[in-house]
Amino acid sequence: MTSETATAQVTLAAPPSPLREFWGYFSANHGAVAGLVVVIIVLSMAAFANVLAPYSPTLTNNSAFLQPPAWQAGGSWAYPLGTDAIGRDMLSRLIYGGRLTLLIGIAVVALSIVVGIALGLVAGFFRGITEIAIMRLMDIILTLPSLLLGIVIVAILGPGIMNAMLAVAVVVLPHYVRLTRAAVISETSKDYVTAARANGATRLRLMFNEVLPNCAAPLIVQASLGVSVAILDAAALGFLGLGAQPPASEWGTMLADAREFVLRAWWVVTFPGLMILITVLAFNLLGDGLRDALDPKLKR
Amino acid sequence: MLRFLLTRVTLIIPTFIGMTLLAFFLIRIVPGDPIETMAGERGIDAARHAALLKEYGLDRPVIVQYGIYIGRVLHGDLGKSMITQEPVLREFFALFPATIELAVSAIIFALVIGIPAGMIAAVRRNSIFDHGVMGASLTGYSMPIFWWGLLLILLFSVQLGWTPVSGRIDVKYYPEPVTGFLTIDALLSDDSGAFRSAISHLILPMIVLGTQPLAIIARMTRSAMLEVLGEDYIRTARAKGLSSVRVVAVHAFRNALIPVITVIGLQVGVLFTGAILTETIFSWPGVGKWLIEAINRRDYPVLQGGLLMLGVVVMFVNLLVDVTYGIINPRIRKST
Repeated sequence: MTSETATAQVTLAAPPSPLREFWGYFSANHGAVAGLVVVIIVLSMAAFANVLAPYSPTLTNNSAFLQPPAWQAGGSWAYPLGTDAIGRDMLSRLIYGGRLTLLIGIAVVALSIVVGIALGLVAGFFRGITEIAIMRLMDIILTLPSLLLGIVIVAILGPGIMNAMLAVAVVVLPHYVRLTRAAVISETSKDYVTAARANGATRLRLMFNEVLPNCAAPLIVQASLGVSVAILDAAALGFLGLGAQPPASEWGTMLADAREFVLRAWWVVTFPGLMILITVLAFNLLGDGLRDALDPKLKR
Repeated sequence: MLRFLLTRVTLIIPTFIGMTLLAFFLIRIVPGDPIETMAGERGIDAARHAALLKEYGLDRPVIVQYGIYIGRVLHGDLGKSMITQEPVLREFFALFPATIELAVSAIIFALVIGIPAGMIAAVRRNSIFDHGVMGASLTGYSMPIFWWGLLLILLFSVQLGWTPVSGRIDVKYYPEPVTGFLTIDALLSDDSGAFRSAISHLILPMIVLGTQPLAIIARMTRSAMLEVLGEDYIRTARAKGLSSVRVVAVHAFRNALIPVITVIGLQVGVLFTGAILTETIFSWPGVGKWLIEAINRRDYPVLQGGLLMLGVVVMFVNLLVDVTYGIINPRIRKST
């Protein structure tokens, strides 16, 4: 009897699993949950574009140039959001556009996070001249206006979606390098690292198995906020004609095509930008929520 | 203080060298032969090719080329535009006032609205106004400004017909250039029509470029104010019986201003990035539009020079912010 109550008390006192605890904090933030929902919707829209889109994004219809959305005079439900200047369905292009835009955002973050972690680890572990060289380079990249550097890189490598991704990845790289380096430096002075080192852990083991997992939280937050920066910058490059090339349906490129019709066809201008805004807003909300949930200083 | 200044100034030297290296080598990455790229589709004969190689110093080893380049840069020679044959530096300074005018008015717009909005949001925490400001600020921060510009044109220029679509001033006005800022020049010229025209051309680009800084400044002011309002000396000031306007506007605001100043300094890079897009949308004849045109024409010297010049400007503004910061806060001065 007594031992039974003791066990019950123990289970009660056991802390919630880290994941459950995280969700507890995260779900209390309504904005963050809304952001997560929108991100999931946009992601599934992109994933199932071939099922959801009524037309092919490149299919043109010669009898429906710049047809307004269905609810406006002259529109029809065949093209709910209207058509663009060469008779392509706006809705289908927006749905397919999500694919490219999200792909760019995620690929840029993946690339910059991998390279950034590697450089940050090296700078944080080896210190000295290596660190100075890496951090100075990052300072220079940070000093130059981000989009300008991106533009120059693309201008040199040639416009296109791969080069645009590469350019944006270079521009956002310093954030990951700085974060990783700072986290590594603060972690390496802790006892568990000294203990692991005393146990004969190799440098690589120390880097990847001991220190890196403990630097994960700020990197996750930065990655989530980074997707929105990447999407905005890549769309800006697309808008300047340096990103994805026509006829690819990418939201920024669609806006570039739509610019000359701003005076007579509001829908070709409004919808792609709205999609960018909603997606970026959702990733920002998600990132803010992650930061609040993962940062121990902000926990109640 | 002098030592603090000297360390800060010496710190920018490696950054400057790095920037020249970046500007120099980025152009070398251009695939293919630069002379052939310059000649374009027309092609070029061998003798002329060799002569051009020599003229641009491209027949020397890379390290020597870099040395020559640095020497020229330090003498203020950034090369000539391949299209207009004008010195890059002269073109830059001819267009830079337009960009500065746009950027300064954008930051004033952001401050005039952002600081009061952030202050009121902090004082009325969790009110509808607070939630509104925070929501608007997050939206502004997430805004693709090139789209925002098109939307404003759609609404104010196309639908309402209030503002012109592009340019800096109506072609019929030509105020005598004194400051290079058309709004001020127009004011000096005593022609109210010219001034009105300049203002109406400026207003939409200003809003577009100011939106992101506005969002960031409002957010920053709010959180800085919230922190300060919880301090003991605020309670003391209230207990002394000072009016709450005085407590908020004088006692709290002054101390909340320090993080806000830092943020304003950090906005310079954001402003130039935004200026490239804003100038392109509104055909604003500034440095941003010039650089985009240089890309489309493959005018590499302009690209190289423009990148370096904008980098240098941002570097100096950062230095200025650092030094101002050291003057305001002695602890920072002592720690270096």
